[in-house]
Amino acid sequence: MSVVTNTTTIGAIELPSRRNTELMLLAFAVVIPIFAYANVGLAIHGELPPGMFVYGAGFAVLAGIAHFVVRRYAKYADPLLLPLATLLNGLGVVLIWRLDQSERLQNLAKRSFGAFSPSAPNQMLYTALAIALFAAVLLILKDHRVLQRFTYISMAGALVLLILPVVPGLGADVFGAKIWISVGGFSIQPGEFAKIVIAIFFAGYLMVKRDALALASRRFMGLYLPRGRDLGPILMIWAMSLLVLVFENDLGTSLLFFGMFVIMLYVATERTSWIVIGLLMSVGGAVVVASFASHVQARVNAWLDPFGCYATSGACEQVGQSIMSFGSGGVLGAGWGQGNSDLIGFAANSDFIFSTVGEELGLSGVMAFLLVYGLIIERGVRTALAARDPFGKLFAIGLSGAFALQIFVVAGGVMGLIPLTGMTMPFLASGGSSVLANWILIAVLIRISDTARRPAPAPAPSPDSEMTQVVRPS
Amino acid sequence: MNKPLRRISLFCGLLVLALLIRTNWLQYVQAEELSTRKENRRVQIAQYATERGNIIVQGEPITGSTVTDGSDYKYKRTYKDGALWSPVTGYASQAFGATQLESLEDGILTGNDDRLFFDRTIGMFTGEKKQGGNVVTTLNRAAQQAAFEKLGTKKGAVAAIDPRTGAILALVSTPSYDPSSFAGNSTADGKAWNELKDSEDKKLVNRALRETYPPGSTFKVVTAAAALEHGVVKEIDDPTDTPEPYILPGTKTQLPNSHTGCEKASLNEALRISCNSVFANLGDKVTRDKMVETAEKFGFNNDKIDTPVRAFASVYDKKMGKDGNAQSAIGQFNTAATPLQMAMVTAAIANDGKLMKPYMVDNLTAPNLDIIEKHEPQEMSRPLSAGNAQKVQQMMVNVVAKGTGEKAKINGVTVGGKTGTAQHGEGNKKRPYAWFISYAENADGTSPVAVAVVIEDSEGTARDDISGGGLAAPVAKAVMEAVLNGQK
Repeated sequence: MSVVTNTTTIGAIELPSRRNTELMLLAFAVVIPIFAYANVGLAIHGELPPGMFVYGAGFAVLAGIAHFVVRRYAKYADPLLLPLATLLNGLGVVLIWRLDQSERLQNLAKRSFGAFSPSAPNQMLYTALAIALFAAVLLILKDHRVLQRFTYISMAGALVLLILPVVPGLGADVFGAKIWISVGGFSIQPGEFAKIVIAIFFAGYLMVKRDALALASRRFMGLYLPRGRDLGPILMIWAMSLLVLVFENDLGTSLLFFGMFVIMLYVATERTSWIVIGLLMSVGGAVVVASFASHVQARVNAWLDPFGCYATSGACEQVGQSIMSFGSGGVLGAGWGQGNSDLIGFAANSDFIFSTVGEELGLSGVMAFLLVYGLIIERGVRTALAARDPFGKLFAIGLSGAFALQIFVVAGGVMGLIPLTGMTMPFLASGGSSVLANWILIAVLIRISDTARRPAPAPAPSPDSEMTQVVRPS
Repeated sequence: MNKPLRRISLFCGLLVLALLIRTNWLQYVQAEELSTRKENRRVQIAQYATERGNIIVQGEPITGSTVTDGSDYKYKRTYKDGALWSPVTGYASQAFGATQLESLEDGILTGNDDRLFFDRTIGMFTGEKKQGGNVVTTLNRAAQQAAFEKLGTKKGAVAAIDPRTGAILALVSTPSYDPSSFAGNSTADGKAWNELKDSEDKKLVNRALRETYPPGSTFKVVTAAAALEHGVVKEIDDPTDTPEPYILPGTKTQLPNSHTGCEKASLNEALRISCNSVFANLGDKVTRDKMVETAEKFGFNNDKIDTPVRAFASVYDKKMGKDGNAQSAIGQFNTAATPLQMAMVTAAIANDGKLMKPYMVDNLTAPNLDIIEKHEPQEMSRPLSAGNAQKVQQMMVNVVAKGTGEKAKINGVTVGGKTGTAQHGEGNKKRPYAWFISYAENADGTSPVAVAVVIEDSEGTARDDISGGGLAAPVAKAVMEAVLNGQK
């Protein structure tokens, strides 16, 4: 009977694939944003938003495609990652749509740019593109270990991506941060993609060098210091992340890269000294940068006392507005569409979108969002634990560590826990690069988890066992 | 590699935990403080998000609300006869905050007051929009208008009280401003605001409550009351022992009189022709501490006179020497009073010695006109006995009948009053303040109105012509007539 298997039931001898669990969760992940959408429409305009069912259906189809691809090409993948990402992306689009309805932001855009264009349709378009890319990654990348071959190409690629925004004529300086390039009317944030590419390089490099880094070292002041030729690339990364910061005014990305690298190094070598060295280096770097770059100083001041310099500094006003958004939300929030988080201004739908969550969904909503992010991180780390090959382990922990750092840096920044850095909340914030890159990240994690959870292939029949079977007891 | 992986997962967990703790701190512990910060424009946005309730005078609103476009604030405050009523209402401006009744009763006017909780809850179920309640004042439209028109372009203030209850009938300050001119937050509003704020005439100051002046001779009624209360004078027609010229105690300075016949003049006569020497002498005899006692019973030195808009404290110095006390007894030296204070003095005398607490909000109503709070008249103190009050009344009537206050005479009505021309400035170089206090009496002996008028400056009047009787008395008369006519 077990021989006759169909696609919906799970064979008794295999690990459960949990695809149906995923489908059920996915249904929730689609329905909740649709309700949210209806809620915003009712709160702002007093009627259900136009095309609610069309958009809802479109979103469901996208989720369905993603699910189908996972079911077909990554059968054993972790069942939580896709629904969580879908939920966040869906709610993100609703939040952006809600901010599009803000007269205040519309007027601001008209004053600053002469015209207002809503971001939600673009975000929906990017979501569709991103899910196509997600499917493409799963279709093309049958085994993540293939990526090992591209270790050094990845390094070159990541460098190119990072340097692009400072190339004259290509880079675009938007609100002081040079992290965008604009090509034919589209602006792309190469840093978002560099995050994934550089994780490939780190994982590949560390897999090869981990023994050298861990063992061939000299003891110095109680720490194990590696040899110069092994240390070289690390110092290079540190310098590079500093350069990124200095030239592109991008504190977040440099912190993210460096943090990701230290995490992967620590996992690869199992030596705590790396954490200490990494911390020392980042502290050193931060001090140097903070004493030279005025905009970093402004942000540190804004973090220390946003209301002390509220009237005089734009950075303080932004952070102050954001904190007041959270405070005004209180425990239960103002309700979808009923807050005033748009007071934050032009960055309300990108860097500061989490403040809208804080104000309109309140403490309960923010905690729910943080837990959803936490779950994605947890599934990522679990994938790293479950992966059987060191490359996969390093790659998965690199990606999930970077994801965790990004959440911490962004949410911590807008909540005034740490100085603001100007990165975007994955899946929520308006912006194509971020959505595309994070869906690729999820696709890669799903691929690694599929490989990790795939049951070991049945042992190849050996000639000896064939022989013993011939002799049957009678 | 699994051991470091577990540690990293712990680290990631700590990152998320830190965020969770932070959000609890922000949104639970600090929520109240953050949501009410002065930088938080949500407070004002909410304040102007619904139609504000009205401030009402004799059944008719003197305020309104209008919808504005292209602004964070949906409703804008409008005022009918803004300049006339601004000393009462204060202002509520989207950009520049609110003052006086607009600010003090903001909870009722916006509908956010806890006492309107029930109305709001009902509204939530019936789908009605949140509305503000109303503030019903005690003011008398005719009296207010009469005072405002009579003051005209002169710089000054009028306070009128119903002595029987303490209800404020008129509160005028000129030159005034129109709160409508800066109720919004447009550039024009900002310009109007800046002009008013920097105006040399201090148009934004409510002179009736928030400006103190030396009361001059009008203060002599307080000295008279003190002399009677403390037994220094028994009969108002007995001659006093005041010499002419009178030398201030402990000095060699002569205190001049503007009128002859003050030597040994009786209290009655001294008030009629406003003798400085007699009252300085009496003040000295009453002694400083007893003068302070009586003045304080009238409301001096009290910085908590809330109408509910708080009036500045009027001053009778508690630590001055004998000569200072003698000068203070005629309303000079350190003595200073708000127009409201002098209206209270007059009201206490007119009400047979009983001072009622002044108030200008009769009741607060919910949007459906249910009364949620009503003011009950309260006695504040008894500065003098009924008998002595009647003696002072008799003298004040004398002042109007055949003394310095003749311009306040009203045919067929008993009117009592007192003029005052207060010197001020170094060496008395500045133009003096013209004062007049008065009350009118009904046939039954009760008094429906007590007025205090001060005219700070009136351009075009020759310095020697500035006198309480000439300038201020006609204003007081107009106010009293308005109130009396309203009673019929």
